[in-house]
Amino acid sequence: MARDMSDKELLKMELEQLQKEVKNERMPISTTAKELADWVEAHVGEDPLVKGVPEDKNPYKEKGGCVIT
Amino acid sequence: MSERGVTLLSACISNGSFSCPQHWACPPAEMCDQTFLAITFGPCDCCSDTKPLMNIYLKNEPVNYCSLCVERMACQGLQPNETLATLKMESETLKTKLEEERAKLHDVELHQVAERVEALGQFVMKTRRTLKGHGNKVLCMDWCKDKRRIVSSSQDGKVIVWDAFTTNKEHAVTMPCTWVMACAYAPSGCAVACGGLDNKCSVYPLSLDKNENLAAKKKSVAMHTNYLSACSFTNSDMQILTSSGDGTCALWDVESGQLLQSFHGHSADVLCLDLAPSETGNTFVSGGCDKKANVWDMRSGQCIQSFETHESDINSVRYYPSGDAFASGSDDATCRLYDLRADREVAIYSKESIIFGASSVDFSLSGRLLFGGYNDYTINVWDVLKGTRVSILFGHENRVSTLRVSPDGTAFCSGSWDHTLRIWA
Repeated sequence: MARDMSDKELLKMELEQLQKEVKNERMPISTTAKELADWVEAHVGEDPLVKGVPEDKNPYKEKGGCVIT
Repeated sequence: MSERGVTLLSACISNGSFSCPQHWACPPAEMCDQTFLAITFGPCDCCSDTKPLMNIYLKNEPVNYCSLCVERMACQGLQPNETLATLKMESETLKTKLEEERAKLHDVELHQVAERVEALGQFVMKTRRTLKGHGNKVLCMDWCKDKRRIVSSSQDGKVIVWDAFTTNKEHAVTMPCTWVMACAYAPSGCAVACGGLDNKCSVYPLSLDKNENLAAKKKSVAMHTNYLSACSFTNSDMQILTSSGDGTCALWDVESGQLLQSFHGHSADVLCLDLAPSETGNTFVSGGCDKKANVWDMRSGQCIQSFETHESDINSVRYYPSGDAFASGSDDATCRLYDLRADREVAIYSKESIIFGASSVDFSLSGRLLFGGYNDYTINVWDVLKGTRVSILFGHENRVSTLRVSPDGTAFCSGSWDHTLRIWA
């Protein structure tokens, strides 16, 4: 647990982690951002919260008032 | 051999520089910094000298080492002259190098790429249902895969299962502890998991018989040494991932309660976690009070990537639907988007007028919208790509503590310290 470790051990852990991370492969944002935007555009058509749901299909629409016959 | 599995019992060992080997043999009347509670006296398993021994565990085997051998062993991982100062400097150098590598790829901003994307229309979202029944602050909620049931937990120890369409309560359990900060629905819909100040995560199978006492069938799965802050089933009912105030996350087998993998790396309480969408593989992201968001490999227990750009505790993390990014909400009043393949933060969702922390975030189905619940009682809706706020939702009368979009994206539910949950659509 982090609380039980001495400062030196915490630093060593952080150092080893950083050494690993520096070696990670990275892609430029121009590529990844474009792919994020493309993914959204491909799926936004089916996103009910974005395009809205017709009231008769919306399960959360309040039903009309009570009708007493 | 710098063995991290060493457990030291009741010892005081000086930090930093190497101690003189004669310290253990102090005059009987004095207590020096090498004094410790010795359980046995006899030949050391390492150097064979007859001395007061410490009972420790190496690779899970009990051994008896004298204090000198323990200290030698603890220092073995270090090179000579490796002190706190040199380690810190090396750490800082690496951090700078990491930032440089990341900056090289920062050739464009997300919102610039998003300029060609069509702007969003006006949003009309309102509260469609209000779920009343909790007697105290609602702390957590989760949707069932059937898109209509919800489980929620509160400060007074109650865990309630609701039908969101009808607002009926289907089940209610009282936990033996207060502040049930985490709850989750099992993928099958047949069980719920919850936990909080009891340091445990317990699983309750839900029965169709409303009269059955749920508490009797409770199964304790996870055990942490501090409060449970979040829990989530993996793809099946058989495994649960938990995060805790003890700074760790852990993966458990539900049936046996066995710890399958533990994740160490945060230097403070872990407050939240989220599993990657199943198509993208075995990873999850966690956020903590150390301001870090870590991405972990579930099989190896390794931290793959780490992001430290928030200025305060990270209260909530949520994967982007495609699995290539994740969002976070923090006490620093911002939400941020991190791109996993570019390995950096790519957007900040903030406004000068928003000064209260974000407690909970979630994406809409396509990832175009980010919903954030804040401590100023509001919900802000952000355009993920353009970085602007599209709507602000009022309704709760106290801070919003939890927020989740339904599995089919038709609505989202927010829980608040005002004791209610609201369904918005």
